[in-house]
Amino acid sequence: MFNNEMAFKKIINDPYQVVDEMVEGIVLAHSDLLKFANNNKRAVVRKDAPIKDKVGVLIGGGSGHEPAFLGYVGKGLADGAAIGNVFASPSPDPIVDATKAINGGKGVVYMYGNYAGDIMNFDMAAEMCQMEDIPVKTVLVTDDIASAPLDKKSERRGVAGDFYVFKIAGAAADMGMELDDVCRLAEKANDMTISMGVALGPCSLPHTLEPSFVLEDNEMEIGLGIHGEAGVRKGPLQSADEITTELMDKILNEMDGSKKVSVLVNGLGSTPLMELYIMYRKTYEILNKNQIEIHSSFVGEYVTSLEMNGASITLMKLDEELQPLLERETLCSMFRV
Amino acid sequence: MKKELNTNEFIQIILSICDNVEKEKDYLSELDRATGDGDHGVTMSIGWNAVKEKITTLDDNLTFDKICMQIASSFLSAVGASAGPLYATALMRGGAKLKDLFVINSSHISDFFEAAANGIQDRGKANLGDKTMLDVWLPTAEKIKETSNNTEDIIEILEKGSHAANESMLSTKEMLSKKGRSSKLGERSRGHIDPGAASSALIFRTFHEAIQNL
Repeated sequence: MFNNEMAFKKIINDPYQVVDEMVEGIVLAHSDLLKFANNNKRAVVRKDAPIKDKVGVLIGGGSGHEPAFLGYVGKGLADGAAIGNVFASPSPDPIVDATKAINGGKGVVYMYGNYAGDIMNFDMAAEMCQMEDIPVKTVLVTDDIASAPLDKKSERRGVAGDFYVFKIAGAAADMGMELDDVCRLAEKANDMTISMGVALGPCSLPHTLEPSFVLEDNEMEIGLGIHGEAGVRKGPLQSADEITTELMDKILNEMDGSKKVSVLVNGLGSTPLMELYIMYRKTYEILNKNQIEIHSSFVGEYVTSLEMNGASITLMKLDEELQPLLERETLCSMFRV
Repeated sequence: MKKELNTNEFIQIILSICDNVEKEKDYLSELDRATGDGDHGVTMSIGWNAVKEKITTLDDNLTFDKICMQIASSFLSAVGASAGPLYATALMRGGAKLKDLFVINSSHISDFFEAAANGIQDRGKANLGDKTMLDVWLPTAEKIKETSNNTEDIIEILEKGSHAANESMLSTKEMLSKKGRSSKLGERSRGHIDPGAASSALIFRTFHEAIQNL
């Protein structure tokens, strides 16, 4: 486990080049699926973009959350991703370049986690694109229970729930829906998606190699953000079943009688799959006991935080409208649905 | 007593800001680790290094507004983040008050900082007391305006501004964060200086020091 005395070690060249070098690697590795927009190394789009008469889905955010966000670019999911520095919003430039590259004539929806920096940069880019007559709408992801109470859902930050919200919007756009309908479904998916996480150890920025927060050897932090922002409660490290029960208690409080869900147990970067599946086992048991049907399960790394040690549980409540969109086939570089 | 500032002198000041940000980047990141994601020093360093690179390639005959626009767009492109749109908007709005000018005086400087502070407020939608960089910019711009009503000496104006910036930066320590990532901390955000307020105060301090040394 990481602590203050132990240095962070990373396989990198120059810390100020990590993002460019990573993106180059990704596009080289997946050249059958991805390309740069306007030769901008921070704007990656589907190889076959733009798709005529399809709403463009543009996602984005800081680096360090891989496979989010460029790993989600592909058929049935996002058409493009704008990529920022580590944990920092992309600037308007790559957002504008990607927007133009994926606009198939039906407009573009911007989707990203609810963070002040992302909102400012994406809004500036949206204004620039609208001046060039590309209709742009925005849907923010706000799934993290720990960051604000339910009556202030719009203030919550976006974490692993990105996966479900992007998936639903991507499927809706893939089916040929109009911009307003894609946005309505994305907003509905966001309303139906709730997450809660736990951290056992910090990550570090490549530039500073300093721990993003400090936990004692036997401590954990409930409700920590995906950039190392402090959580809601620090306490002694508990067993997998106890942690899962605490996270699920909070999540089940917001179920409003829903009887069918999809489950995502997400690793934050350095937590082994072994531990994620141990958490999944308990999640399954709890849902069963509460007579909630599990429609589908995703266990692995979907939204990470560099080498942070920890995990989150996300549920998306399903109804007849969302279920077929979740089931629709997806082909992107880093995972399949 | 210094009554005027020309574009070459302004560029010298900007270069001093670039150097001081580089020197203070670890301190700024450390402040940010307490309440945010720990990258403010990194972001500022990336941004002002991009500015430094840009400035060396600028034409000699640019007016203040054009210089501000160039600095703003290179900073914004390099960093994104929150700092990008906020500082870039400040420079663009401030620069717009200095249209077609090669030389500026005390009242231009007052207009520049007032427009810059308002730009930050418009872009970030924060209010006074939310524990953000605005808590430095609004009172400092106000102090600069007040001082420029009494003197034409831009060194004295920036000296007062720099002091006001330092005091308001320190005042963010006891504030409760209501904006940005740190706002999710609630009471735990108290006791820490806001990193954006700290980088803003650093800029005002450098502005004053550099203008003295011209």
